[in-house]
Amino acid sequence: MLKSHSLRTAVVAGLATLTLSTPVLASDEPIKVGMMLPFSGVYGALGDATRNGLKMALQEQVSRLHGRKIEYIEIDTEARPERAPEIASSLLNNSEADFIIGPVHSGVAMGMLKVLRGKDTVMIVPNAGAGPVTGPLCAPNVFRTSFSSWQPSYPMGNVALDKGYRKVVTMSWNYGMGKESLDAFEESFTAGGGEIVKKILVPFPKTEFQAYLSEIASINPDAVFVFFAGGGAVKFVKDYDALGLKGKIPLLGSGFLTEGTLEAQGSAAEGVLTTLHYADTLDNELNGQFRASYQQQFGKASDIYAVQGYDTGLMIASAVNQLSGDISDQKALIRALESTMVRSPRGDFTFSSAHNPVQNIYLRSVENGENRVVEIAAPALADPARGCKL
Amino acid sequence: MTTSLFLVQLINGLQYGLLLFLIASGLTLVFGVMGILNLAHGSMYMVGAYLVWYFVEHTGSFGLSALISAVIALLIGILMERTLIRQLYRRNHLDQVLLTIGMIFVFNALQGLLWGNDPLGVAVPAALSSAIPVTDVLEYPVYRIFVALLCVGIAAVMYFMINKTRLGMLIRAGESNREMVECLGIDIRKLYTIVFAIGVMLAAVAGVAAAPMSSIVPGMGEHILITCFVVVVIGGMGSIKGAFIAALLVGLVDTFASVLVPQLSSMMIYILMAFILLIKPQGLFSS
Repeated sequence: MLKSHSLRTAVVAGLATLTLSTPVLASDEPIKVGMMLPFSGVYGALGDATRNGLKMALQEQVSRLHGRKIEYIEIDTEARPERAPEIASSLLNNSEADFIIGPVHSGVAMGMLKVLRGKDTVMIVPNAGAGPVTGPLCAPNVFRTSFSSWQPSYPMGNVALDKGYRKVVTMSWNYGMGKESLDAFEESFTAGGGEIVKKILVPFPKTEFQAYLSEIASINPDAVFVFFAGGGAVKFVKDYDALGLKGKIPLLGSGFLTEGTLEAQGSAAEGVLTTLHYADTLDNELNGQFRASYQQQFGKASDIYAVQGYDTGLMIASAVNQLSGDISDQKALIRALESTMVRSPRGDFTFSSAHNPVQNIYLRSVENGENRVVEIAAPALADPARGCKL
Repeated sequence: MTTSLFLVQLINGLQYGLLLFLIASGLTLVFGVMGILNLAHGSMYMVGAYLVWYFVEHTGSFGLSALISAVIALLIGILMERTLIRQLYRRNHLDQVLLTIGMIFVFNALQGLLWGNDPLGVAVPAALSSAIPVTDVLEYPVYRIFVALLCVGIAAVMYFMINKTRLGMLIRAGESNREMVECLGIDIRKLYTIVFAIGVMLAAVAGVAAAPMSSIVPGMGEHILITCFVVVVIGGMGSIKGAFIAALLVGLVDTFASVLVPQLSSMMIYILMAFILLIKPQGLFSS
């Protein structure tokens, strides 16, 4: 089936070439893929995984690239927002990159957008969840293959209501991603009749949680919903357990609470419920294949960041294939990207009109040091994309 | 705030303050005796945490790993003093800042190369893993009480050592008049090596003690360093007693500010510092 399809597109492409007076030289020049990812520092591991996934996908899809070679231009952003505009404009003007992939960090995303919105290149965000990217600041040439910060947290409100929780304390660091996550949870939770009895915003990157947890214990709510990631997530989950709250007040979180942190959290994370657009243990054929070949190629386990990079690669390959290798017409390229259905290890997803994935959000529970999928918390969930006029 | 919650927060604040003292004491000791401003002090806190994680992974015993880590830290301290810090005694503070900031970068790069960037964790040692119920919901982990007592113990040992032993007498003498100590036939350079190595070891021991109740991540040293400087400045540069009082003060202010004035909590310890410096520009107990 796939073969006959590509044969047909090849024939169509061949005919198209014949009808043109000048031969298409598309295949001579490589497709330039610029990367703006953190390859060093705190987010270094995330940047590496994204790059690995991206390259792996484009290698697997080589037959769909119509002979076009890929040239990678990799630049380390060090996750520093102030450097973003300069790097982005260098990739745009000097390297003339066809695609600019990045970033991991939402602050860097804002700097990139300032330069790249509406320009003659396609920006694909493989991680940063900042709402405005596919909200008020959305643009025809900007796509996202990861999530909006609203997406993973919104379904947890309904999960909490289903479990009979009515009074919940929410808590996160006082920064964009954290606040957007708490707001999304609050939106669905209060709409269903739940009450946020206290919202705690901790100065970033403070990890002294003991005072706040003592206060939560004295409030004794039905459940606690939090957003923390990385080292802060490790510390929070360990403190929550150590201070005795874990067995008594259920802990809910945006999926990043238990992503890449489970080994460090140890037994303290057992039973924590989170929602996210992926889980390593997701039981489908593609995910199994993906994880096995990633492990084989890079000698370590894949993670969500590798999946997001991989899907970015799939998306590029699909668009190049739809256009038979000729991506010179930006409008046609954007249409091709918009109509792509990505067959991802996280499950198939499409793009909303604001260019954000319309995807399943899974409810996961930590069991034996793994995020086990309990159920689909929200099927094919689209971000409301408030403020986007696309 | 109910009385029981107040008491719990009081304990939280004291416990945080005592840990801060353990880290800050080494910083202020080295500055007081040697006049060296060691910005890489926070890195040694990080090194302690990573070392204990590494040895727990390999030996399975927290106590043994803590001991090995402390000894390694002592050796690192001796090596640092003999090769690098020694060059600084006749130079100004700016040179010290340059060298010790450079050392932060070196330690961070080494940490990335040796142990990667993923957050790591150490389990609480089994013998101390129980908890004491405080309210219906809240428990107080025995390990945290143990660490608090350990900090008090170390403070007591330091007080005894500096005030009652021959080494302490030399330290105090070296602090006030280096030349005179040398004239009396005492090798001040050996004394400096010992003091610097002890300072480094104190930071590393704090990292070891903190490891089971925190996350071991890149950059953990820089974050704690800033708070430590607040403690040292409030206490008076070089004063161990001042560092002790200031650490408890900072711990309590930070804890209660988090709950009572959450919007200002990230600023409160700096406001405290500014306020104290207005009244006592040299800190509470300047030497």
